Amino acid sequence: MKTAVVVFPGSNCDRDVQRAVCESLKTSVDMVWHEEERFSIQPDLVVLPGGFSYGDYLRSGAMAARSPIIKAVIEHAERGGLVLGICNGFQVLTETKMLPGALLPNTSLTFICRRCHVRVEQTDNKFTYGFKKGEILQFPIAHHEGLFFLPEDELKKLEDSGRVVFRYADPCTGKAGAEYAPNGALNGIAGICSEKGNILGLMPHPERATISHLNGGTDGIRFWDSIAKAFAERGAF
Amino acid sequence: MDYKSAGLSDPEYRRIIEILEREPNPLETQLIGVMWSEHCSYKSTKRLLRTFPSKGKYVLQGQGENAGVVDMGEGWGFAFKVESHNHPSAVAPFQGAATGVGGIIRDIIAMGARPSVSMDGLFFGDPDLKKTQNLSKGIVEGIGAYGNAVGVPIVGGKTFYSPCYTDNPLVNAFSAGFVRLDKMASSQTAKKGDLAVLLGSKTGRDGIAGASFASRELDEDSKSSRPQIQIGDPFEEKLLIECCMDLLAQNLIASMQDMGAAGILSSSSEIAHKSGCGIDITVEKIPLREKGMAPWEIFLSESQERMLLIVEQDKLDPVFAMAAHYGLDCAVVGTMTDSERYRVYEHGELIADLPTSILGDATEVVWPSAEPKDIRERITMNPSSLISAEPERDLLSMISCPNGRSKHEIWEQYDSMVQLHTIDGPGSPVAAVEVPDTARVCVLTMEAEPNKCRTDPYIGASETMALSLRELWITGAEVLGMTNCLNFASPEAPEKFYELEQCVKGLADTCRSLDCPVVSGNVSLYNETSGGQIYPTPLVVTAGLIEDRNKRLASGKAATGDTFYLAGDLCGSLGASRYQVMKNGTPAGKTVAPDHSKEKDFRERALKTAAAGAASSGRAVAGGGLAVALANEAIASEKGISIEINSSVPPEEILFSEGGARAVYAVPEGKEQVFESIWEGFPCTKIGAVSGEDFEWKEMFSIELSKLKKAFLEGCF
Repeated sequence: MKTAVVVFPGSNCDRDVQRAVCESLKTSVDMVWHEEERFSIQPDLVVLPGGFSYGDYLRSGAMAARSPIIKAVIEHAERGGLVLGICNGFQVLTETKMLPGALLPNTSLTFICRRCHVRVEQTDNKFTYGFKKGEILQFPIAHHEGLFFLPEDELKKLEDSGRVVFRYADPCTGKAGAEYAPNGALNGIAGICSEKGNILGLMPHPERATISHLNGGTDGIRFWDSIAKAFAERGAF
Repeated sequence: MDYKSAGLSDPEYRRIIEILEREPNPLETQLIGVMWSEHCSYKSTKRLLRTFPSKGKYVLQGQGENAGVVDMGEGWGFAFKVESHNHPSAVAPFQGAATGVGGIIRDIIAMGARPSVSMDGLFFGDPDLKKTQNLSKGIVEGIGAYGNAVGVPIVGGKTFYSPCYTDNPLVNAFSAGFVRLDKMASSQTAKKGDLAVLLGSKTGRDGIAGASFASRELDEDSKSSRPQIQIGDPFEEKLLIECCMDLLAQNLIASMQDMGAAGILSSSSEIAHKSGCGIDITVEKIPLREKGMAPWEIFLSESQERMLLIVEQDKLDPVFAMAAHYGLDCAVVGTMTDSERYRVYEHGELIADLPTSILGDATEVVWPSAEPKDIRERITMNPSSLISAEPERDLLSMISCPNGRSKHEIWEQYDSMVQLHTIDGPGSPVAAVEVPDTARVCVLTMEAEPNKCRTDPYIGASETMALSLRELWITGAEVLGMTNCLNFASPEAPEKFYELEQCVKGLADTCRSLDCPVVSGNVSLYNETSGGQIYPTPLVVTAGLIEDRNKRLASGKAATGDTFYLAGDLCGSLGASRYQVMKNGTPAGKTVAPDHSKEKDFRERALKTAAAGAASSGRAVAGGGLAVALANEAIASEKGISIEINSSVPPEEILFSEGGARAVYAVPEGKEQVFESIWEGFPCTKIGAVSGEDFEWKEMFSIELSKLKKAFLEGCF
């Protein structure tokens, strides 16, 4: 599975994702500067990494959504290619309208970095195919704007179409929902996918739960494996 | 320019005339005045700092560079330094703290290292005061806003509360980075004909003469010092990091220096002086953010996110291309010469012409020292006021008080995991990060013991240093070196200078005796207001190395079936302990003076314990004493602990006394014999075991783990 990580000025999890994917999937990862207008090698998976693109001085992700490379990312997605946006990458996906909604400041109005738990809400997509519905995963979060928001009617549409992929959860009871969201996300939404299931945006950082001797846990390894499995069995396009 | 308003004294001005053999012109007076300020010149402390041991087998770069560098093995160096940003943070908490983080990161870049970790030493006043709450909120948010965006994880730190910091909080920013040994950069390698290139932000009026601001006491007028506070732009800094890393990878930089205090002036004069060169700078070539800036403003501006690069002429094009790639401003502003003179030109006219040595070597000042008159009073304790009638209540108070409780409300605002190399982050007594692409672990501690330094500066500083070393030894680390930030009051008062002198002596003696070279440091003086002075606050950050991450002994890993041992004496001293201060309000009494031969003995055994895998968890007995060490161990391990110690010593001494080479170890079943034989001949007592759901201390108390945890996490019970 050929993977490309887009590097925006101010991205700071680009190298982390590169390492996580390299080490867990034993594949090479292209780093693509945001000023490129196309991918030199057509990737199967495009990752928009976390960080503070353009300093996030405007709305988070708003400037990056207008980078030259974004056109190629959209085309890739329209062909059915995989696009994964993590944290700031998720914010970029909402700013490009590739995914619905907006990520607003956390209710605490502070940056929050800690481990947290999410429940897998659906597996009929190109990313969580390898999990069982209802499984609880531990991924760290690190963001200031992670409150997923949509107007009520659109939120209902999103829920009804089963596009909520991850929801913040309590690992002891297995319950998930708004009360477990560290950031105030509506319905406890941590990650959503596109209608075709080939675009995923999530606030938690699976790459931080990938290197087993580090302090972020290991559930990320299963996440990358799951993408590889979906790709192998269902193909990217 | 009146030399006095440039901060120069009469004798200093006479000395300048003597060296120059003429009167300096107003611009020159201003330039010398800033370079001779305490903040830039260390003129009051140089003499003391020379007493630090600087050599060690792991030292690759000692004092005198932007940061010290130690050898982490397998071709990796580790550049690290801590620096104060106290005065700016007192006046503008958010920006002051943010730019402190940014500034220390550039010191690490200047060594050629990719900034890899940060830590922060924060000293706040009375936590019940609105003023303290506002200051600490601003400072923590500023650190987070900058550190998070720039993508350098904050892996640990120290937060300490005492009313002595109410008007004068301290912010000590630490940063460190890994560098391939063949890519190390230096500020001493410029040569004639090379070009001086400014990379990064344009120069503006922000932070003009911040160095002289930091060289006097804070007063009511400090609020009007706001224009001296710099504004941080972490986005620009992130680009600066990436650009410098790429330039270094391609060997395009001959020499480099960050721009901190006294901006262009200090960076360019230092690089010229240290390289044995001269430099000619053309004012109008410096990119400016605003119109009408006078040359002195341009040279002293502390605009952030700028680096001074020294580039060979034929490498200029690729340097400019790289800067353009990252969208950074870049300009050639001068040329290195062999004149050993610092010359400034404006539209072809020579407006300053000084020997580089006059800027680099300020005349040292010798301040008199006198033992404080109340020193006897400070070390006198009233034992009857310390009796613990309710040990359970006292313990809960100790772990829920501002200095004892969890600081997660602070450190959860910091990204501690970015860069994907954090093994153990904030909340753990020792931070641990991966050495890139190896099985090696770099471990770091940050310590300060202001209460102990207040009552006995020499012993207090010695214990600060010894404690930081013990913490590293317990993890199984070889100590590589330390950096320090010396936060003190005015050196001009003999009794205050005495505190500084004694603390430095305590640090130096302990480091020399226990084999820890001092590789970098920073001094912040004049930390006082009309309301009083801060306690002497030497803060140390010590770096260690564990070659095999599987041999690291962590804390908070006690497991079911483990036996608890106390390695070291049963008691230390209640003098200036957390317990004593809690009971009496202000520190009194002396802590234990570290016994160096005992410390060395402890070191050998602690290292063996980790190497042999003889324990599942280990923790130094530090603030709050044995009871707090065990409580923390129970909370972090999420295990009940049962302790039984038969002794006639009063409970408070056993539970809460501090100091001395002491550690608690959780030893797994089957390892008791190995453990006991390692510690044979050293005081070592079996004190209990992991058991049940409570933290139980026979004949003292039994506290439910959930209650203990609540007290620690929420600060109430």
